[in-house]
Amino acid sequence: MALLEVNKLTKAFGGLVALNNFVLKMEKGELVGLIGPNGAGKTTVFNLLTGLYQPTSGNIVFEGRDLRGKHPHQITKLGIARTFQNIRLFGNLSVLDNVKIAHQVVTNYGLIPAFFRIPPFNRREAEIEESALKLLEIFDLKKHAYEKAKNLPYGEQRRLEITRALATKPKLLLLDEPAAGMNPQETHDLLELIKWIRDEFDLTIILIEHDMSLVMSLCERVLVLDYGSLIAEGTPQEIQQNPRVIEAYLGDEEVAAWEE
Amino acid sequence: MKKYFSTLIICLVLAVFFVAVQLGINSGAISWYWMTNLYLVGINIILAASLNLINGFTGEFSLGHAGFMAVGAYSSAIITANLGLPFPLAVIVGMLAAALAGLLVGLPTLRLRGDYLAIATLGFGEIVRVVLMNIDYVGGASGLTDIPAMVNWPIIFFSVVLSLLLIRNFICSSHGRACLAVRENDLAAEMMGVNITYYKVLAFVIGAALAGLAGVLYAHYYTVLQPREFSFMLTFNVLVMVMVGGLGSLTGSVVGAVIITIASAFLQAIPELRMVIYAALLIISAVFRPQGLLGEKEVSLNILQKLGGVLSGPVRSKQAH
Repeated sequence: MALLEVNKLTKAFGGLVALNNFVLKMEKGELVGLIGPNGAGKTTVFNLLTGLYQPTSGNIVFEGRDLRGKHPHQITKLGIARTFQNIRLFGNLSVLDNVKIAHQVVTNYGLIPAFFRIPPFNRREAEIEESALKLLEIFDLKKHAYEKAKNLPYGEQRRLEITRALATKPKLLLLDEPAAGMNPQETHDLLELIKWIRDEFDLTIILIEHDMSLVMSLCERVLVLDYGSLIAEGTPQEIQQNPRVIEAYLGDEEVAAWEE
Repeated sequence: MKKYFSTLIICLVLAVFFVAVQLGINSGAISWYWMTNLYLVGINIILAASLNLINGFTGEFSLGHAGFMAVGAYSSAIITANLGLPFPLAVIVGMLAAALAGLLVGLPTLRLRGDYLAIATLGFGEIVRVVLMNIDYVGGASGLTDIPAMVNWPIIFFSVVLSLLLIRNFICSSHGRACLAVRENDLAAEMMGVNITYYKVLAFVIGAALAGLAGVLYAHYYTVLQPREFSFMLTFNVLVMVMVGGLGSLTGSVVGAVIITIASAFLQAIPELRMVIYAALLIISAVFRPQGLLGEKEVSLNILQKLGGVLSGPVRSKQAH
């Protein structure tokens, strides 16, 4: 059984069809890239997968469960986590608290233990803290654990977003332009990081990205969206040679750059 | 070890304060006038802290606190004055009734954001007041009288300490963190698995229940209730306390409640100017210190220690890190 099956997914906002008959099937462990010009509907796919939007037609099946009608927080519990194109950290809270909040879907306790600090409050809080610190250590953020998230440098904020998403113990991770605003060195580190977390955390990943070098060296399969429709699908090599993609997406000047 | 030590010190200070005030009241060293103001400080601390839970920690701008307080005050007064039942039952009924009102108002209105939520909750407060004015069973506009005087210093003291402790425990739990996440970025919170509607309503209900408790104490101290006391001015007063103390700081709410209550006691001689001074205070604090006196910080023994260190020279660094 496929981990994720998206069938003829369509989302219309009034007369504007943001996504049209989108089809995707993913096996466990795959790393798929989603590319396309601005406004092609890439983030709409993520918003539909995470329950932020309800599809106009079509459906999403994750591990055999239909996601239609499910709230975003329920979908997170089922194992889909995401990061955002424009960073959305809990800026005024500490780095540690950012990660602790994401633990709620995995480890929690009732209101009465919270109010009166009775078992299992202490044990569960200790578990959450230990796990959060461990994650921060893995991502080299432990030294900032007690700083406000908004005070971190840009690259580390991006890394914290990924860390926070991983704290929900996802099976499917959606990365929305993780390399946006990063310099080549940071992008290279990110590439290694994404490869590593996929193996280490046993993840299936969908990646939206404008940085072609990142997509082409990372993804086994690439999907191309244009005006809400899927115009191509294949290996990075196939996509690079697909004339429709080159025409619709890359543009004339870019073609020259590709051929170098 | 250090944690238990500071808890011990806080308990000790509170115990000394409690006994000192009790002795002062017994011996007459604290006059009736200042005792009343002291009780009012206690009631206002509960109001400010519970409003802060909604407005400061969860980031929903509610203006319905006078309404919740009125619901708690009147429902508990019905239990003791009209039905002649015991006071502890009145406390429970008052808090539950206010919580229920919070739930009924919260469920539909918390879909609204910012200004709209403020307007809707403001409307709720006014509705409660007008409805109470027209119910003869609770005395209508002339008010409910002959409520038994049940409130004494221990009841006020322990209500305040318990309320603050419960709010503190809530905020420092995974549920409280979820509320903070809603305030910081509700979309991201939702994506991290936080049920944002649940936590908005939860904070609202807890805040309302504690406002109800403040109402119960108010009713059974003054023994007379009139609907006009629960006007928007009351909510405004509490809001000033929260803003001056710092949105998102529990100890700030305590400081704000103490300052504003004491200030209004001194300003009683010039009632016309009192609201002008409040408004000026709010504007000044909004311009020069929009985060309030304490911002989001909490006064703790650690800060006091650091302050002590600054005042008495270099800090002996003994932190375990």
